[in-house]
Amino acid sequence: MEQTSADITASDDIRPPVASIGVIGWVRANLFDGWFNSLLTLATLYALWVVVPPIVRWVIIDAVWNTTGAECRDAAGACWSIIATNFRFILFGFYPYDQQWRPLVAMLLLFGLLYYSQDRKHWTKMLGYGWVAGLVAMGLLMRGGLLGLSSVETTKWGGLPLTLLLSVFGLTAAYPLGVILALGRQSRLPIIKWLCVVYIELIRGVPLISLLFMGSIIFPLFLPEGITINKILRAQVAIILFTAAYIAEVVRGGLQGMSRGQYEAAESLGLNYYLTMRLIILPQALKIVIPPTVSILISAFKDTSLVVIIALWDLLKTSQAVLSNPEWMGFSREAYIFIAILYFLGCFSMSNYSRRLERELDRDRP
Amino acid sequence: MTEEQATETASPDIEDSIIEIINMHKWFGDFHVLNDINLKVGRKERIVICGPSGSGKSTLIRCINRLEQHQRGQIIVDGIELTNNIKNIEKIRAEVGMVFQHFNLFPHLTIVDNLALGPIWVRKTPRKEAEEIAMYYLEKVHIAEQAKKYPGQLSGGQQQRVAIARSLCMSPKVMLFDEPTSALDPEMIKEVLDVMIDLATEGMTMIVVTHEMGFAKSVAHRVLFMDFGQIVEGNTPTEFFDNPQHDRTKLFLSQILH
Ligand SMILES: Nc1ncnc2c1ncn2[C@@H]1O[C@H](COP(=O)(O)OP(=O)(O)O)[C@@H](O)[C@H]1O
Ligand SMILES: [Mg+2]
Repeated sequence: MEQTSADITASDDIRPPVASIGVIGWVRANLFDGWFNSLLTLATLYALWVVVPPIVRWVIIDAVWNTTGAECRDAAGACWSIIATNFRFILFGFYPYDQQWRPLVAMLLLFGLLYYSQDRKHWTKMLGYGWVAGLVAMGLLMRGGLLGLSSVETTKWGGLPLTLLLSVFGLTAAYPLGVILALGRQSRLPIIKWLCVVYIELIRGVPLISLLFMGSIIFPLFLPEGITINKILRAQVAIILFTAAYIAEVVRGGLQGMSRGQYEAAESLGLNYYLTMRLIILPQALKIVIPPTVSILISAFKDTSLVVIIALWDLLKTSQAVLSNPEWMGFSREAYIFIAILYFLGCFSMSNYSRRLERELDRDRP
Repeated sequence: MTEEQATETASPDIEDSIIEIINMHKWFGDFHVLNDINLKVGRKERIVICGPSGSGKSTLIRCINRLEQHQRGQIIVDGIELTNNIKNIEKIRAEVGMVFQHFNLFPHLTIVDNLALGPIWVRKTPRKEAEEIAMYYLEKVHIAEQAKKYPGQLSGGQQQRVAIARSLCMSPKVMLFDEPTSALDPEMIKEVLDVMIDLATEGMTMIVVTHEMGFAKSVAHRVLFMDFGQIVEGNTPTEFFDNPQHDRTKLFLSQILH
């Protein structure tokens, strides 16, 4: 039972009055605690009464689930048919229709690995090899050209696999790069220090969109004739470089929170710089900054949707393409709600996981 | 909290010095924190350093394992001169144990992991063996039952004993103590001093910055008095306390002995 402010004053030998415990106590203390709160509670209840039923009616009761676009226009509720009918295009874009099991398996592999990696007890060398093998397998599935799989050009990649590719690779590469930049910024060697400072400040000074544009339009102009670099790769690099700069600043905050004594104790045992950082400083500093780090990772995940502006067919772009089909024009609410749900699931599981990780690390060391 | 029984061990070998400091100076900016320090410490010798706050005691012993860098003169530890050579510095640090006023245990590691860390990563001892070493020294500081706990779960006195054991796991040739009891509640000072006395009995070379004069009398071969970055005088405990030579020393002793 939740402790309310009312029973804090209760001593051991005297029971608190009945009205301050139990459901009634909770309601009274939290919802009807004074006339102003009572008024707020009533107003909120009224607002919910007005808003919720129509939403439920639109989303579920009056909604249509498996119809043509024309039938949808007569329905009073949501037209989920747009999702049901175009499901595979939204998820996989222009990936050859009969080969779409391949990105599906690749994604399942990814989810499986992510799920298994949640538990810190599983963090062993074997898991590292597992990830390497898994990534190779995913790449092979997506790209094909070997083992009897037909080759699929990366220009055909799209939808959810592309979004996941950009974000999973983007985030996992940006994190260590950010940590290295943060350490570099604290370096005693002026050159390294200044390179890191300049890099971080430059990147933080420009929006991601401009980096993506530079990567996709300006950068190729500097390449020697005949050499092209994959468009997805260029977007990927832009996302990594961008996110790393933000991670670096957060990690720097964590490093500054470490006391001098921790460095000195480690050094006086004879540990070198690398071991001091790896064994003593980073485990503590990175833990302190889990919450802000996850905020950055979450926003980077959402920012991958900006690649639409350089004409990569990520999840958002495939949905927009469906919406430009005359049959489905006008059902953008439904399409965007669907996309929002997918993004929400991604973000929510990240933030949930980070909270769990923090809790576990706290339980280990009070 | 005086330990009256004198700790009698073989007298130190002054000729075979393990630490030699020659005409050493250090500045913090313009501030001349150590001024012409000369000191030889023999193997198995135990030295207590006292002096007013800010006189440079911590800085002096921190120079010995290069937590601070001296700017003039020489410091030679176990035959190796301290220079910018990082390999030499790491080698010396592995041979010189350091105990801090504020313990500085690693809060994210269990007690036994705190102790095993040095042997595993610096000495390349296999983990199992390193943990045995750790348990051996935890027994020695009477705290083996806490091995699986985290530093935050221990009292100050216990933490300081763990910190001593952590240094001992490296089998150091010298132990440096920087006011090891001054952050402790009074009732915990004795348990830490007892551990240090045990160490002395076993013949450890020790340099201890402390104001525990009882400890100095019973354990030290020499007591040094520092003021304004200089070693003002150094003598056997009996001579030092009964017959101080300098006015500054007399004043200091009268202040701390009431
Ligand atoms: N890192 C530092 N930078 C500047 N001044 C310092 C630094 N460390 C110590 N000092 C100064 O040097 C003097 C000696 O310090 P310290 O060796 O800690 O004295 P003690 O341990 O005898 O109290 C003090 O005045 C202190 O303020
Ligand atoms: Mg001091």
